[in-house]
Amino acid sequence: MAEITMTQALNLAIDEAMAEDDGVFCLGEDVSAKQGGGVFKVTAGLTEKYGEHRIRATPISETAIVGAAVGAALAGQRPICEIMLMNFVGVCMDQIVNHAAKLRFMSGGQTPCPMVLRTTTGVGVGFGGQHSDMLEAWFAHVAGIHVVTPSNAADARGLMRSAIDANDPVIFIENILCYGLTSEDPGPGYRVPLGKAAVAREGSDISLITYGRTVLDAMEIAGELDKEGISVEVIDLRTIAPYDEETVLASVRKTGRAITLHEAVKPFGTGAEIAANIQEKCWDSLKGPVRRIGGTFSAVPFATHLEQAWIPQKSDMIAQIKASVGKA
Amino acid sequence: MAEIDREKLLDIYTRTMKVNRTDEKFRELLMQGKVAVMYYCVRGQELASAAAMAALDDDDYVVCTYRGQGEQTAKGIPIEKWWGECLGKATGTCKGKGGTMHITDPDTGIMVTTGVVGSGLPIANGLAMASQNNGDGRVTLVSFGDGAANIGGFHEAMNMAQLYKLPIVFFCQNNRYGEHTAFADHTDSPDISSRAAGYGMKGVKVDGNNVNEVYPAMEEAVEHARSGKGPVLVEAMCYRMMGHFFGSDFSYMPEEHLAEMQAEDPLPKLRKVMLERQFTEEELDKIVADIDAEIEGAVQHALDAPLPSTDEIYKDVLEETA
Repeated sequence: MAEITMTQALNLAIDEAMAEDDGVFCLGEDVSAKQGGGVFKVTAGLTEKYGEHRIRATPISETAIVGAAVGAALAGQRPICEIMLMNFVGVCMDQIVNHAAKLRFMSGGQTPCPMVLRTTTGVGVGFGGQHSDMLEAWFAHVAGIHVVTPSNAADARGLMRSAIDANDPVIFIENILCYGLTSEDPGPGYRVPLGKAAVAREGSDISLITYGRTVLDAMEIAGELDKEGISVEVIDLRTIAPYDEETVLASVRKTGRAITLHEAVKPFGTGAEIAANIQEKCWDSLKGPVRRIGGTFSAVPFATHLEQAWIPQKSDMIAQIKASVGKA
Repeated sequence: MAEIDREKLLDIYTRTMKVNRTDEKFRELLMQGKVAVMYYCVRGQELASAAAMAALDDDDYVVCTYRGQGEQTAKGIPIEKWWGECLGKATGTCKGKGGTMHITDPDTGIMVTTGVVGSGLPIANGLAMASQNNGDGRVTLVSFGDGAANIGGFHEAMNMAQLYKLPIVFFCQNNRYGEHTAFADHTDSPDISSRAAGYGMKGVKVDGNNVNEVYPAMEEAVEHARSGKGPVLVEAMCYRMMGHFFGSDFSYMPEEHLAEMQAEDPLPKLRKVMLERQFTEEELDKIVADIDAEIEGAVQHALDAPLPSTDEIYKDVLEETA
């Protein structure tokens, strides 16, 4: 099997969904061939196959983009809209939170909203304070939406197909630093179910619960700690909300210890919710407090050394794990 | 402009009176304390809504606002379900989970009723985009007030709709107030329709209290959109003859404004047109009496209907919870 990058994986998933269902279409800024197939090339080559009606390049109008996706979804289509960078959701939250998320409920189930909102973000590329944030907690806090993020190319392909299949809105977060990651191509039709976490690495001493780019950090330190006799189980949530509570709780019941890890800022982050849930439901299995690791509670800074200092540090992850298992 | 044919005129009259009698009944129930819910009165805007709905086909899409009773009833929503929803009952269009501000009935094309000013326009574009994509020939009409014309979504949606030549009619019922703020205090634009030119769009301004102006304009706008020529912005000038919502203060409306709107009340004007077109008083009264009887039955049905089960709060969140 060939290797594919995450960019290719996303492109392949969208391509095959569009080939199978005429109701699937993309819209967003710069997405069509005329603009080069998207700033990160995820929609490259699709205009040539499906035409400009199905790869609609839009004005810089996030409210109109998401609103159009909502409306088309209500009419039975499966739009994939793109908000180029995650911070730009700030200008279209009304459409996501008041409309996409709630129209199924408020209509008594009559108007589900099957749409995917793709968006990119990530700390570590020098984009500064308004182009880097992981804002998944904003959406995880709203009933009626799935929040998904892949940590590898194969999952990207499988999660994107499942996101397009879903009959509810899916916020699909892509990390800029992960576009180039390669996996063995899982092949056509591959799906990773929404709401199913992966045990990325089995372990017995502590559960490290994470998602997206920080899965890479988690895997790296788990390898290092293994040499020191600490067995870390890495859970890649894949779907952040609603998350796979069963897998998380089973892991914690096994290991008795847990740390949540995300790139997003720590206060009020998804890690806090997961930690609270673990404490409520696995208290008797816990050998110590659930710890949390997240980004610094400030805007993402520009200067490289500041930005690198801002993100969750592997040294801190190692220190916290050691403290947790009593080997500090 | 060609005269509206008698059959269509009667249709518009019937729809108008349906809107008006529903509004009157709602206010009566609220005054009597029989119901206690948020209700946004449409008194003064009945004809504009009815004429707009009469210009659409049954399967055309409509997006409206919390002040959407006119569009909903004039489009033909089943009124037992409508009253059921307004009273928060299990028999409502949305099982009592949407309420007066979120009436939805896809069977009659009422796709979204939004409680957020201006949010309907971008969504309406999407409905129209779906029709353009799949060639189903439907037109989408989105109704909003003059207040909505100042929010960003209005501009984004207008620009995008014209760019793609979407089959959509932007229907602005300019009732001269955005909540409590008079038109001249919320914009220095002379009107809303002239803004269409800024997007390269066709804009039309009509007297929403004159059936002979508003209906032909709506018919033409719908035809324009349906034929693939793109969107139209129609601004129907009308008056909101009550406060922002039922029971709210409207002492901020100047005396002259109140006098002006009484003089422009669309109902006596429409009645006059009907009589001029040789409909009899008896015929017109009979229509109203039939509507009243139907409303009485629907209200009673809704009052007697069961409340939604409390486990509904967990349902329809995601497909898995449906």
